[in-house]
Amino acid sequence: MKLIDKMIQCSINNINVTVEKGTTILEAAKKVGIHIPTLCHLNLADFGVVNQNANCRVCVVENEKTHRLVPSCAEEVVDGMRIQTDSLKAVMGRRTNLELLLSNHPQDCLTCVKSLDCELQSLAHELNIKEIHYQGEKMNHPIDLTSFGITKDTNKCIMCRRCVTMCNDIQTVGVLSPLKRGFDSVVATAFHLDLAQTSCTYCGQCVSVCPTGALAEMNDSPKVWRALNNPRKHVIAQVAPAVRAAIGEEFGYDAGTILTGKVVSGLKRLGFDEIYDTNFGADLTIIEEATELVDRIQNNKTLPMLTSCCPAWVQFIEHQFPELLDVPSSCKSPQQMVGVLTKTYYAEKNNVDPKDIVMVSVMPCVAKKAEAAREELNKDGLSDVDYVVTTRELAKMLKEAAIDFKKLPDTNFDILLGESTGAAAIFGTTGGVIEAATRTAYEMITGKELKEVNFKQMRGIEGIREAKVKIDDLELNIGIAHGLGNARKLLEDIRDGKSDFHAIEIMACPGGCIGGGGQPYHRGDIEILKKRQKALYDLDKNMPKRKSHENEMVMKLYEDYLGSPGSHRAHELLHTSYSEKQRI
Amino acid sequence: MKIASYQELKNWQKKCQNNKNYKINVLVCTGTSCLSSDSQTLVEMLESALESHNLQVEIKVIKTGCFGFCGQGPMIKIEPDEITYVKVKVEDIEDIVENHFLKNTTVKRLLYKEPGQTKLLEKSSEMQFYKKQMRVALRNCGEIDPENIEDYVLNDGYFALAKVLENYSPDEVIKIIKDSGLRGRGGGGFSTGLKWELTRKSPGNEKYLICNADEGDPGAFMDRSILEGDPHSVIEAMIIAGYAIGANNGLIYIRAEYALVTERLRRVITDARKYGLLGKDILGSGFDFDIEIKLGAGAFVCGEETALIRSMEGFRGEPDKKPPFPSQAGFRGKPSNVNNVETFANIPVIILNGAEWFAKIGTKKSKGTKVFSLVGQIRNIGLVEVPMGTTIKEMIYDIGGGHPEEREIKAIQIGGPSGGVITKEYFDTQIDYDSLVEMGAMMGSGGIIVMDEDTDMVQIAKFYLDFIQDESCGKCTPCRIGTKRMYEILERLVNMEGSPEDLNSLRTLGRIIKDTSLCGLGQTSANPVLSTMKYFPEEYEAYAYKTKKTKYSIDPKKCVGCTKCAKACPVECIEGKIREPHIINESECIACGSCYEVCPVNAVIKP
Amino acid sequence: MKNKIMDMSTLDKRLLKELDDYINSLDGDKQEHLILVLHKAQELFGYLPQNLQLYVARKLNLSSARVNGVVTFYSFFNEEPVGKYRISVCMGTACFVKGADKVLERVQDLLKIQKDRISEDGLFTINDVRCIGACGLAPVLTVNDKVYGKVKPNDVDDIIRYYRGLENENS
Ligand SMILES: Cc1cc2nc3c(=O)[nH]c(=O)nc-3n(C[C@H](O)[C@H](O)[C@H](O)COP(=O)(O)O)c2cc1C
Ligand code: SF4
Ligand code: SF4
Ligand code: SF4
Ligand code: SF4
Ligand code: SF4
Ligand code: SF4
Ligand code: SF4
Ligand code: SF4
Ligand code: FES
Ligand code: FES
Ligand code: FES
Repeated sequence: MKLIDKMIQCSINNINVTVEKGTTILEAAKKVGIHIPTLCHLNLADFGVVNQNANCRVCVVENEKTHRLVPSCAEEVVDGMRIQTDSLKAVMGRRTNLELLLSNHPQDCLTCVKSLDCELQSLAHELNIKEIHYQGEKMNHPIDLTSFGITKDTNKCIMCRRCVTMCNDIQTVGVLSPLKRGFDSVVATAFHLDLAQTSCTYCGQCVSVCPTGALAEMNDSPKVWRALNNPRKHVIAQVAPAVRAAIGEEFGYDAGTILTGKVVSGLKRLGFDEIYDTNFGADLTIIEEATELVDRIQNNKTLPMLTSCCPAWVQFIEHQFPELLDVPSSCKSPQQMVGVLTKTYYAEKNNVDPKDIVMVSVMPCVAKKAEAAREELNKDGLSDVDYVVTTRELAKMLKEAAIDFKKLPDTNFDILLGESTGAAAIFGTTGGVIEAATRTAYEMITGKELKEVNFKQMRGIEGIREAKVKIDDLELNIGIAHGLGNARKLLEDIRDGKSDFHAIEIMACPGGCIGGGGQPYHRGDIEILKKRQKALYDLDKNMPKRKSHENEMVMKLYEDYLGSPGSHRAHELLHTSYSEKQRI
Repeated sequence: MKIASYQELKNWQKKCQNNKNYKINVLVCTGTSCLSSDSQTLVEMLESALESHNLQVEIKVIKTGCFGFCGQGPMIKIEPDEITYVKVKVEDIEDIVENHFLKNTTVKRLLYKEPGQTKLLEKSSEMQFYKKQMRVALRNCGEIDPENIEDYVLNDGYFALAKVLENYSPDEVIKIIKDSGLRGRGGGGFSTGLKWELTRKSPGNEKYLICNADEGDPGAFMDRSILEGDPHSVIEAMIIAGYAIGANNGLIYIRAEYALVTERLRRVITDARKYGLLGKDILGSGFDFDIEIKLGAGAFVCGEETALIRSMEGFRGEPDKKPPFPSQAGFRGKPSNVNNVETFANIPVIILNGAEWFAKIGTKKSKGTKVFSLVGQIRNIGLVEVPMGTTIKEMIYDIGGGHPEEREIKAIQIGGPSGGVITKEYFDTQIDYDSLVEMGAMMGSGGIIVMDEDTDMVQIAKFYLDFIQDESCGKCTPCRIGTKRMYEILERLVNMEGSPEDLNSLRTLGRIIKDTSLCGLGQTSANPVLSTMKYFPEEYEAYAYKTKKTKYSIDPKKCVGCTKCAKACPVECIEGKIREPHIINESECIACGSCYEVCPVNAVIKP
Repeated sequence: MKNKIMDMSTLDKRLLKELDDYINSLDGDKQEHLILVLHKAQELFGYLPQNLQLYVARKLNLSSARVNGVVTFYSFFNEEPVGKYRISVCMGTACFVKGADKVLERVQDLLKIQKDRISEDGLFTINDVRCIGACGLAPVLTVNDKVYGKVKPNDVDDIIRYYRGLENENS
């Protein structure tokens, strides 16, 4: 078809616009600078998600010819169409539907976790709602506070189903579904089970797309405040790679501004005793993981080896593919490695009773909260990590403590577990872990220096990627998947014996940790994720050292404390195990 | 035995004719209504009585579908004389066998009389109820044994199919249906031929033909009666439609409540397969088509075509946005054509009699006939088929026989939960798609509820809204929350807790729900309220201004002082001497209605 | 993490086997037949308890939320046990205008339960249906498959007494 055949003409508020066939009214209006409010609509086409079931009806506009109201988010433009977005009928339609939603909503904004981040709230503001004309019965469901990761307040749900699309179509976990019908209908788990009783992975992707406070991360900051104010406690923080690329968005910085120094200062001001870098753990993870990979390849053990630093992904395989539990690497995640080392290595070095150490990690991730609570990682009443706060929670704590983030000076991490390489920085994006592991594995196998450290084939944003790396006479087949739906595809291949990968990196969140469930809300703007990703690659590029095994403090750790990579002691502290879990 | 050509079908028909060695048919209605009055026992008793008199070879008892006149059920019609007995009870069977079959005399006491008249009517065609009717879709209902394929073939069954396969290309079939002017009987009234054409033209090799037998309209049973009384006609039409649109697979979506019909359908489908009328190479034409039955599970909204398709795919029956229409992307994402049962029932006759014949029936834009279920405060409750353009007056007075107690009929409700009321001033309106819409009602699937002066229109509107918000799928905001709010307002009003402001809210909210809902259910949900508000504003105002009378009273001019009401009153608030007008002490009346029920002269006035 | 719905040992093995056979006998995409399978399961077990829903979900390789979403969407499916006698009062329009609401009220009063509930003795459940196609007999009430037409509120007493009587005879 010629391009000209694909173009159609329409008018929106009497402004003519030419668009491609298949364009929605919403997109066409945007082209001519007309903003139409939306609520249920969410376009994450890059990840294969478009939530377009057109059910909130707050985006209706009037078709001038038929005088009918149509949902602009879903209705495609046809040739000669004339649309009015602000006719009285359209405005009344939108307002009334919003009022109806609000009439079935607890108006708790002042104390709601989502306040000022809430799309429903901003819409009420935008449409200038001053009164709710229709009042009546409201939903009344118990609030689920049982899981370690996510709180679910169904009463705040507006049934947009973004979370359902996310959990079912993208993550293929399928924990959420609309139940019942009519006024009683509600988006919930099967039988209204607590999330903790389901196969939820705590990836938090539902949280990151929920426009209201219906789904939110468990708020752990009160516990952190308590620890910080307890003089007997030695409170240590660690900061994950993806946090530094996103936290600025909470303070008005552009997406992708790296603010490591300010985060460290902020944490110091909050009263943390030591501030360590999860990237240190990442370098350590790479060394252990690369060792394991090389061992598996050279000794004909189970292949492929799957990375294990994403806890949501680990949870996923435990529930959905219990027969494949020997494929993930047994390495703990960087967060847990840093955690366990503070309570052993650091404690010994500084003569602190591990029981008095409180390890707090700042993560882009909701699942890390649940990871920290895993039985396997809580031995002898001592947990590797005590509390996890998300990027968003840290931003809130800083605000709460009246710290003017923008004016903070740059400070470096404390040294013992603070050094890191460029390889660790890219842990935060899809493809980063395996690229980092390849850099180290290459040198381990060949004993030669790797000149070109940038593995461009492993980068990008497609859901499933493959890369082949020549290492002497071995051709290493690498697979990468982000988003659990993509992970499922690779796992099915492994199960069916159709996979010829040596190693696969899996990240539960689309984009990897930069798109984690605990990050500042991107509201469907994929550009934000791309900027965060770029920031991490830039960080890597500008680091003097770009291979994990070049991290001196890590090497010193092995010398002083662990022995060699893969040693008995390393296994005891840095590795873990998995167990089958029921699928619900 | 497989029938492999038009000629073979003809031969078969002849053979069936010869097989028919009995002289008398006894047609016993076993439609749901009559079945509920034990017509199955009638059949069994008749059969055993005939056997004991050794008459079973000459006289054959046939279980048919609904005769239409359910109010007079159970009915028995004896052919070829067409003698029709009404309200037949088990005790009457002996009488019928003894007198009618053995002595050849009609059993007079079981004949029908028009109300207020003494003349006994022997034949059903003499009854007022049938006189203005024209049975096209119902042509075989009550006339044949629905499960007997030979009976159907004897009535030219499958000849339309044979004619199509032998003589017409798919495009020609579509042209005939277009020319006939047939419009969808499922509610929307979309041109059937045009819909077929759209599906035919949709790109793709795999297409589906779907029969919508969900019939969710509460108080309507047209489709059920057709499937019960003449299932083969729907099967035949589906094959023809499949051929026309280029589909090899047909699906019938039937509501779970219709368990008997489903069983019957399964049986007739098996029969049709046996004779090569379904399956591979139908009638030797090379065309393949088969039918699968899909069960609903109790959701009105599944009558909406996109919801129906979701439900057939094993999902919650939630409607999808349109476009894309099913004709573009329907079942399994393939082009699909959805038609209603009654629409299908018209197809074979159109093919056999020609488009012109059909187009002559009805009005300018609404062709053919329409089946209605006539219920409510009306004498002749039943299933009625009339040419489009019949007036409401003819419908309720000539056919329906007016009010059973000669009270004033104040309005009808037509179109079910999507429809509206038409008041007595407009009873001259001709019934067709367009004039009903003009009146603020709609054809819907064809349920007509007749309401008398005692009917409280606000309660009726509340009833429909209760239904709607109960059946809303809950997907979109205006319908999920809006209809609930409207219902709450109505509830407030009837509990005398409302205010005049509520009336405005109802109107505004109703209009916006109509304008912004995602599917037809929400888009029409406010109709019953808006239309009753338009025609009976005073009834709403009485509630809103709290002037509504809630207590019963007695019309002294009518009361004959029989004391029945006083005896019936549970709170003893009726006083009066025998043969003198009685009086209700309204402050004590609890509005139980007992007095109203017992008064022999209708002197009690309902609030 | 043990919870009750995982415990399938309370489900009758023989009936499960029958359900399995039924599922195996279905042609084509089994997931598409979810509603049919649920009909069958309900027919076998009388209702659809949570563990049975989970069982069906596993069998068809669907998420249990999806299955529960379907079960709770359609009014035909019961998540709670139903009584031996299911009293359905038709609340279709034809029946409504002839006073079906009064009939329903009477049934509820007599059995001292609301609709969609089971009576204390486990004998009766009440629900409302929307037109069973016997409008000619409005108002209509059914007990299991038996249809009662032109029911007046007072007739309800007799009907219930009759079924209670049946029980006493049996015991
Ligand atoms: C809420 C709703 C319920 C419906 N119920 C039915 C129904 O029970 N039977 C039916 O044939 N059509 C029903 N329809 C109409 C169908 O969507 C569809 O238009 C029809 O089956 C098409 O067939 P026709 O063109 O032969 O009328 C319903 C529509 C809506 C919006
Ligand atoms: S979800 Fe949004 S609108 Fe609702 S209480 Fe929270 S902030 Fe307010
Ligand atoms: S916005 Fe209004 S309600 Fe909210 S805190 Fe301010 S004054 Fe109070
Ligand atoms: S956290 Fe992830 S797995 Fe859990 S419900 Fe949300 S999207 Fe689904
Ligand atoms: S929980 Fe949130 S995302 Fe999910 S449907 Fe409700 S409002 Fe939408
Ligand atoms: S991808 Fe990162 S943020 Fe997302 S769940 Fe995994 S570890 Fe957490
Ligand atoms: S209008 Fe009602 S039935 Fe239709 S999609 Fe919306 S909520 Fe569902
Ligand atoms: S309605 Fe009932 S309480 Fe009132 S007068 Fe009549 S019988 Fe008595
Ligand atoms: S029953 Fe009717 S006629 Fe008899 S006393 Fe009462 S009101 Fe009068
Ligand atoms: S944003 Fe368009 S309907 Fe919700
Ligand atoms: S069911 Fe017998 S006449 Fe209608
Ligand atoms: S409305 Fe009750 S049987 Fe039809």
